Amino acid sequence: MTGEIASTTALPTPEREPKNYLNAAWTVRSWLLTVDHKRIGLLYLAGITFFFLLGGAAAALFRLELMTPQSDLMESETYNKLFTLHGIIMIFFFLVPGIPGVLGNFLIPIMIGARDMAFPKLNLMSWYLFMIGGCFTLYVTVAGGVDTGWTFYTPYSSTYSNTYVMATAVGIFITGFSSILTGLNFIVTVHKMRCPGMTWFRLPLFVWANYATALIMVLGTPVLAITILLVALERGLKIGIFDPRLGGDPVLFQHLFWFYSHPAVYIMVLPAMGVISELVAAFSRNRVFGYKLVAFASLAIAVLGFLVWGHHMFVSGQSLYAGMVFSVLSMLIAIPSAIKVFNWTLTLWRGEVTFNTPLLYAIGFLGLFTIGGLTGLFLATLGIDVHVHDTYFVVAHFHYVMVGGTVMAYLGGIHYWWPKMTGRMYPEGWARFSAVLVFVGFNLTFFPQFILGYLGMPRRYHVYDEGFQILNVMSTAGASILGIAYLFPITYLIWSLKYGPKASANPWNAVGLEWMTSSPPPTENFTETPVVDFEAYEYHRNPADRHG
Amino acid sequence: MSTTATLPTATAKRTPIVAHHFDDWTQQYDACVLGMWTFLVTEVMFFGGAIAVYMIYRWQYPMAFAYASQELSAPLGTFNTFILLTSSLTVALGVRYAHTGESRKVGWMLIATIALGAIFLGIKAYEYYTKFEHNLAPLLNLPFDYAGPDPGPTKIFFGLYFGMTGIHALHMIIGVVLMALYIPAAFRNEYRDGNSLGIEIIGLYWHFVDLVWIFLFPLLYLVDRSLAAPGI
Repeated sequence: MTGEIASTTALPTPEREPKNYLNAAWTVRSWLLTVDHKRIGLLYLAGITFFFLLGGAAAALFRLELMTPQSDLMESETYNKLFTLHGIIMIFFFLVPGIPGVLGNFLIPIMIGARDMAFPKLNLMSWYLFMIGGCFTLYVTVAGGVDTGWTFYTPYSSTYSNTYVMATAVGIFITGFSSILTGLNFIVTVHKMRCPGMTWFRLPLFVWANYATALIMVLGTPVLAITILLVALERGLKIGIFDPRLGGDPVLFQHLFWFYSHPAVYIMVLPAMGVISELVAAFSRNRVFGYKLVAFASLAIAVLGFLVWGHHMFVSGQSLYAGMVFSVLSMLIAIPSAIKVFNWTLTLWRGEVTFNTPLLYAIGFLGLFTIGGLTGLFLATLGIDVHVHDTYFVVAHFHYVMVGGTVMAYLGGIHYWWPKMTGRMYPEGWARFSAVLVFVGFNLTFFPQFILGYLGMPRRYHVYDEGFQILNVMSTAGASILGIAYLFPITYLIWSLKYGPKASANPWNAVGLEWMTSSPPPTENFTETPVVDFEAYEYHRNPADRHG
Repeated sequence: MSTTATLPTATAKRTPIVAHHFDDWTQQYDACVLGMWTFLVTEVMFFGGAIAVYMIYRWQYPMAFAYASQELSAPLGTFNTFILLTSSLTVALGVRYAHTGESRKVGWMLIATIALGAIFLGIKAYEYYTKFEHNLAPLLNLPFDYAGPDPGPTKIFFGLYFGMTGIHALHMIIGVVLMALYIPAAFRNEYRDGNSLGIEIIGLYWHFVDLVWIFLFPLLYLVDRSLAAPGI
């Protein structure tokens, strides 16, 4: 670490490239012990890509099984373990830490004009906790898997399942701390580390979105931690907390679990919304329409997100009146989400739109997230939920939000900031082609699942009625396209590290502090602390008006 | 932070170490204190989850919980409450001495706090021991002899008792270890310039742990005793 610091202050030596955070030091140690938020962001990128591929491989296997109505590739036990693995990895090791860990870590300090996060060492610790939690999950995968579903419903998880529930629980508990510490770091960083002139309403909306996410991480994750701990105590020490034989209430577990896990879907989608705000503004060359509304919509989603968990228990024996309240509250959350979608659309309107790869992903997000969000309203309606509860309709709904929303935004963001992170441009043609392919593959995979669910195919079974086969074959075909489409960016982005054209400091001609420093940035982000005298997204600023 | 701004001029009064990414001492101080408060918010949610579980079961099984609560020793619980409140006083004095730059007194206050914490934990251990002795520890399939009504919910009560006080004790042990780490610095006279940040942060943590007990004590030990009084 001292080596890095020394190198930035050293006298300029005749070199091909100026010193930046990447070439400041080359040793493995300088990466594994780094406290630089940018390097930690790249460490997250490596870990998250690995888990994404693992979770995707699990999905590929069970999608293959679902090609036919009978059981041919695997037994139900294997199938149960595969969808559990897919859920646990994708949620706890990709979607939750994904955008905050990679893009949030890399960008938040730069966007607010700081040299680093408020707590750099804690930041590194978050990554290690994430990886240690991931190792537990890998161990579970190799040792024989876990079959409870990612939801761990009791008493199956606490008493009956004979799979590796404890190791999985420990892994998620540890990863939860990673999430808590990341959230804590974001909150303190945004409050205390902003550079002179960077007022709250000059913050890029990506920062607002991540701040709202951090609030949920800090308020929700501890409840998941205590819930998992109680299940672990019940399983390990045989203390009965949720055991119906003692008079315990398994539905209480569901309440506690969803008190975190419903807000957690906003942990997954809010940072994605932040990315979309940046992409839409940059490629329409417009100030985000209704900046304050979009900023406050993030906070509204964070707050309302804590009041809707009961919609997961409409058919679990929850009181009908509670169901009605949760139904109404769940519909309310559509309002801030819709505000965002309308405002992004209005930002594009009359903008100077250029269809680069990041915007293709952003437009994909707009369409898919809207479908995902609107089908969420169906599910929030008590009567319809009774019909489609635990069917593929639900599976399609949350994949439209999580994959169609978050993954699209994540990929768009990675492309948009790739030149800043690596100093290299990616190949635009390939990237556009892959973006379209992702969109096509995604829709072919998940749209048939809406129909399957509406027709009554239940989720989490590996055999099904023969009448459902054609739609399942379409879905598997789509998943194959999607799988291949995800491999393209991984390939050409790695290729671009060596062969991509060098990126200028501001290849998109965008505004924002991250584009006012070199690509890649120096270790302390700016050569001198920036002073902000401009609003966010000032695309049509007349230079003459600047000081008057 | 280890990488520090290397600017102490010869004339400067000993200034606190400011990490490289902070502009000045005030920013570092504010960030660290806000960080600790945020962490305590997560702790509130953590214990809050357990307390919510407790409240729901107590509402469902009021009599079973009232009878089970009689098995806990209210005098020992009261004494422990007194011990823990006193330890909050000593840690508060420690913070005060850190402000006034009386570094050695900070060290003695930390030692006093650790000693009081150890007494608390010792009494807690004794209480656990008596529960095991009387077969009132429903864990690891140990025998459970309970003559009162509703043994099922009673097991849940004792499960929550061990779970909640156990997590609380774990927090205390962490606090004791952290305070012990500050003692050498205090006796090296490092707090003579009113650089109280570290002590303030550990103080916040200790007060929080104390406050958790202020909730756990009445919840577990003082369940409406009239409910379970004989003859009603």
